[in-house]
Amino acid sequence: MTVTFAHRHLLGIEGLSKGDIVTILDLAEHMSEISLRPIKRVPTLRGKTVLQVFSEPSTRTRTSFEIAGKRLSADVVSVSDSGSSAQKGETLLDTARNLDAMKPDVIVLRHASSGAPHFVARYVEAAVVNAGDGMHEHPTQALLDCATIRRHKGRIEGLTVAILGDVAHSRVARSNLHALGKLGAHVRLAGPRTLLPLGVETLGAEVFDRVEPALEGADVVMVLRLQKERMTAGLLPGTREYSRYFGLNPRRLKLAKPDAIVMHPGPMNRGVEIEPEVADGSRSVILDQVTWGVAVRMAVLYLLAGPAPEDAA
Amino acid sequence: MTTPTAPVPRRRQKLEGLVRTRVVMDETALAQALRRIADQILARNPDPAGLMLVGIRTCGVFLARRLRQMLRDTTKVDVPLGAIDITLYRDDVFVGLPRPEVGSTSLPGTIDGRTVVLVDDVLFTGRTIRSALDALIDYGRPRCVQLAVLVDRGRRELPIHADYIGTQLPTTADESVRVSLSEEGEEDGVGLYEKAPG
Repeated sequence: MTVTFAHRHLLGIEGLSKGDIVTILDLAEHMSEISLRPIKRVPTLRGKTVLQVFSEPSTRTRTSFEIAGKRLSADVVSVSDSGSSAQKGETLLDTARNLDAMKPDVIVLRHASSGAPHFVARYVEAAVVNAGDGMHEHPTQALLDCATIRRHKGRIEGLTVAILGDVAHSRVARSNLHALGKLGAHVRLAGPRTLLPLGVETLGAEVFDRVEPALEGADVVMVLRLQKERMTAGLLPGTREYSRYFGLNPRRLKLAKPDAIVMHPGPMNRGVEIEPEVADGSRSVILDQVTWGVAVRMAVLYLLAGPAPEDAA
Repeated sequence: MTTPTAPVPRRRQKLEGLVRTRVVMDETALAQALRRIADQILARNPDPAGLMLVGIRTCGVFLARRLRQMLRDTTKVDVPLGAIDITLYRDDVFVGLPRPEVGSTSLPGTIDGRTVVLVDDVLFTGRTIRSALDALIDYGRPRCVQLAVLVDRGRRELPIHADYIGTQLPTTADESVRVSLSEEGEEDGVGLYEKAPG
């Protein structure tokens, strides 16, 4: 009995098939049990090296990958920008080639530039996992979101998922659009017009410039983080106004289905895009998302560490 | 009956290119062998309260479930039943491709201080059992571990032996032994297979 996953790297959800996504989610279900054991470690990736290169700040994703690697017995090494040679002017390609020369099996890369992992993947021997590239994709976040939804709702196909907020600048939204679309969910996007990308309807989503109609009858409400930088760029008047018109509060949540779940990829701006009563309420699955993050990343590392399949894309 | 579009069951795929050369056990013989194993387990462990049956996925779980029923019939005691998946403990995860499929492990409570009877269908190289022992130890410290197998086909590569054996079956390295069970929609039995000529 074997799993079919014909990819050398995980660069985005866009390049995955529905079957690939289901393979990862099924594997994550099995991996999740390991985190509940008294001894939370299996020997599978013994002797494998996972190298994390983060050129943007991250608490959750980096810790999650590190724990995922360690629970599979891989050696995990993290490099961050501060104190690295990037500050001395080394190019991304040189950094990647040098790190690759130390023979890691997997490189987990977060970078501010869209496409950076795709570029690095062409020049290194190691498998590359995109841990967020600019405004492009954050595949493991979408996968952990799907795992969370599937656990709470039992399925993804046919669900209505409302994604609220700064869709235009969100790699989380983009990866989720691909993943949820491939798995057969109806995706609605809502936010200020200035924060909705043009032509996003072509990806199969319904677009709203008010949150209320997007929330009506939704099974899942996914709130995106409002990045403060957007204010200075003149795209928004201010956080108070944003919260008043677009923030998720208990009153607005009533429009969704009574059993709708509330998600947020973190870090949250409490009182801006989400009210604390909602974030900490009974329908919030925000911390479950974090728990699933470890299982999903274990699944990804299991599939990518070790020799590449011959027909790998 | 399967329709032409139905996917081939995974366990069947493994048999492609193989022909059965011998029926080792039929339904009756398989039931008798399990009965004998259940009796031997009780003879060696007179107090079933301290026992736990742990089947190795997939076939071992079905066999463990049947043994549990037999133990219940005799003693009226429900022995706890667990399932263990050894994929993540295999020594050949990265030998050959693609990756082996992973299943779930579920144990009914702690194994600390218990007598665990591992159950598998076929004992061959011993590598599966080595993996299962490693997995088990990650869950606690059993008082002791015993091994029950339906078929011991010899050709061990590790110093491992079974405590309870349904049947001993000398085999060559090229042959395959397969246990089929009604739980998987087949007739109970054990067959010996070899590569189809050509």
